[in-house]
Amino acid sequence: MRSLFDFNRNPRLAWAGLALVAATLLVLPFALTYAGTFWVRITNQAILYCFLALGLNIVVGFAGLLDLGYIAFYAVGAYVYALLASPQFNLHLPFWVILPIGAAVACLFGVLLGAPTLKLRGDYLAIVTLGFGEIIRIFLNNLSQPVNITNGPQGITTIDPFRIGSFNFSQKETILGLDFSGPVKYYYIFLAALVIVMVINMRLQDSRIGRAWEAIREDEIAARAMGINTRNIKLLAFAMGASFGGIAGGMFAATQQFISPESFILVESVMVLAMVVLGGMGNIWGVVLGAILLSFVPEILRFTVEPVQRALFGRMLLEPEVIRMLLFGLALVLMMLFRPAGILPSALRKRELEGVKT
Amino acid sequence: MSRDEVNQLALLTAKGIDKRFGGVQALADVGFTINRGEIYGLIGPNGAGKTSLFNVLTGIYAPDGGEFVFDGEPLQGLKPNDVAARGIARTFQNIRLFANLSALENVMIGRHVRTHAGVWGAISRNSGTRAEEAAIQKRAFELLRYVGMDKRAHSLAKHLAYGDQRRLEIARALATEPKLLALDEPAAGMNATETASLKSLLADIRRDGTTILLIEHDMKLVMSVCDRVLVLDYGKKIAEGTASVVQNDPKVVAAYLGGEVTLDLKGAA
Repeated sequence: MRSLFDFNRNPRLAWAGLALVAATLLVLPFALTYAGTFWVRITNQAILYCFLALGLNIVVGFAGLLDLGYIAFYAVGAYVYALLASPQFNLHLPFWVILPIGAAVACLFGVLLGAPTLKLRGDYLAIVTLGFGEIIRIFLNNLSQPVNITNGPQGITTIDPFRIGSFNFSQKETILGLDFSGPVKYYYIFLAALVIVMVINMRLQDSRIGRAWEAIREDEIAARAMGINTRNIKLLAFAMGASFGGIAGGMFAATQQFISPESFILVESVMVLAMVVLGGMGNIWGVVLGAILLSFVPEILRFTVEPVQRALFGRMLLEPEVIRMLLFGLALVLMMLFRPAGILPSALRKRELEGVKT
Repeated sequence: MSRDEVNQLALLTAKGIDKRFGGVQALADVGFTINRGEIYGLIGPNGAGKTSLFNVLTGIYAPDGGEFVFDGEPLQGLKPNDVAARGIARTFQNIRLFANLSALENVMIGRHVRTHAGVWGAISRNSGTRAEEAAIQKRAFELLRYVGMDKRAHSLAKHLAYGDQRRLEIARALATEPKLLALDEPAAGMNATETASLKSLLADIRRDGTTILLIEHDMKLVMSVCDRVLVLDYGKKIAEGTASVVQNDPKVVAAYLGGEVTLDLKGAA
C-alpha cells in the first residue's frame, strides 16, 4: 500500500492507484444502492465516524491526551445544527452557515474542557473528560425546563436537511439519467468533506504544531523547557479535535433529521476511541480504517448472525447485539495481544512498543 | 567600572535565592553573577542544591525568595517556556529527549520557540510556512553537524549511544538560540574520549558566543573549562572564584572530603 501511494518513488503508479481509489469511491454509492439504500446510509454514518475518529486522533493520537468524553462535541455540533435549523425555534439557517457556527461552539466547549484539565494526564484526564461527556448529555436531557431549549429526552424532530437553493439533499433527484437518492447526495458531500479533513490532519501532523504535539506526548517537561507553550498547544489540540466533532455533529443532525440525547451516550465515546486505538493511534489511514471497520462490522453481523444461527441450530440462540459485543471484545483483546499499536500503526507508536516486545 | 558597564558584562545575576521543600532548605540566600561569554561552573556534593538551582532558574520551580536578572530584565514568575523564549536553554541530568523521535526531529522541536507557523500556516502550507519548514530542517542539520551527530540524524533518540544522547540534548538546546546554555551534568556516564570531545564542544560553543552554566561532577573537566566556579553545600554558597582559588578553599575541601564527625556516644545531656 505504501509503494502504491508513494509519489516520490513511483509517481505513475501512485497516480494510477489514486485514480482507482477515487473511481471506486465515486461509483460506490450506486453499487450499494443495489444492495439497498440502507447500505448507503451506513456508509454515510461510517464517514461521520471517520470524522469523529480523526478529530479524536488529534487529541489522543497526536497530543497524547486521553479523552473519554469526545462524543460531547458531536452532541454540541448536532444540537447547534438542530436548534438553528428546525421548527424548535423556527430558525432555518442554511447549513453552510450553521456548520461553521457548530464548529466554533464545539471548539469553545473544547477549550472549556481543556482549560481546567491542563495539568491532568492519563487516568485522571480520562475520568474528567468522561464526566464532561456525561454532563453535556445530562444537560441536553434536562434543558427542557424552565425554558424549553433542547426539548429534553424527546429530542428535536424535523430538522432541516442540507439545502442549497431548491437543491434539497434529502430528496431523490435524477441528473443525467442517474438516480441520486438523498443518502447518495449526502455521501458525495460527506466524502468531499472527509478528504478535506484528512488533508488538514496530515498537514497538521507534519508541521511545527504537529511536532509540538508530539513533543508534549513524549515528554511534557522537556517540551516546556524547549520553549513550547504547553498550555496553548494542548488547548489547541482540544479545540481542533472538538471542532471536527462539532462539524460531524451538524452533518449527523442534518442526515438523521432527528436527534435526542440518547445518540450521545458514553458508549459512543468509547466506540470512537476504540476506532482510533484499533486502527492505529496517530496514523491517519489507520484511524480511518478503524472507523470504517467498526462501523460496518456490526451491520454485517446484524444481517449474518440470525440466518447463520438458524441454519446451524434451527433457532436463534444469541441476539446479534450480544454477539456483536462478544466479537468486539474478542477483537480488541486479540489486537492488544498481537498488534498493540493498531492495525496500521503510526511509525511513532510502533517504535514506542518495540521495546516492550523484547 | 560604571554601573552600565557591569550590566553590559553581566548576563545573569541571582540575588538571595531561597527555595524550601517542606522542612528542607534546598537553597538559602544564593547569589552569583554570570558574565557574558564565560563558562561558569556550579559544583557541590550530591544534594547540595545544584539541580534545584537549575530548576528555579528555568522556571520549573518558583523560588520562595530572591530574584534573577537575565540580560537586564527580571525573570520573575516566568514559566519554563517563557524562560526558554527569553534565552535560557537547558539539558537534564537524567536525559529527557523525545525518545521515540529521530535525532533530527528532536532538534527541529528545539526550533519551535524561534519559529511562528500556526494552524493556518500548517493547513494552507503557504510559501512562508514552506520556507520556514525548510529553514528549520536546514538549521537542525547544521546543529547536528555542529555537535558531530549529522550521521545519526535519522536514528531514534532512544537508540543513540549514551554520549550521543547527551550531545543531542545540547544540540536541541542550542536550537532555541540561547544566550545562556545551562548544562546539568553533561559528562555524567561518559568515558574519557567522550568527555574530551565534550570539552572541545563546550569550548566551541563559548567561542561562538553562547555563555555556559555547567553543573558537573567531573572535577577535571570543571577545573579545565570553567572560568569561574560556584560551590554549593547544603543549599548555601560556600565559595566562588576561579578554579584554582576554589580548589584550595578549605571550606570546599571540607565539603567534598567531609569534616571531622564527632558523636557523643553517651547521649546528649
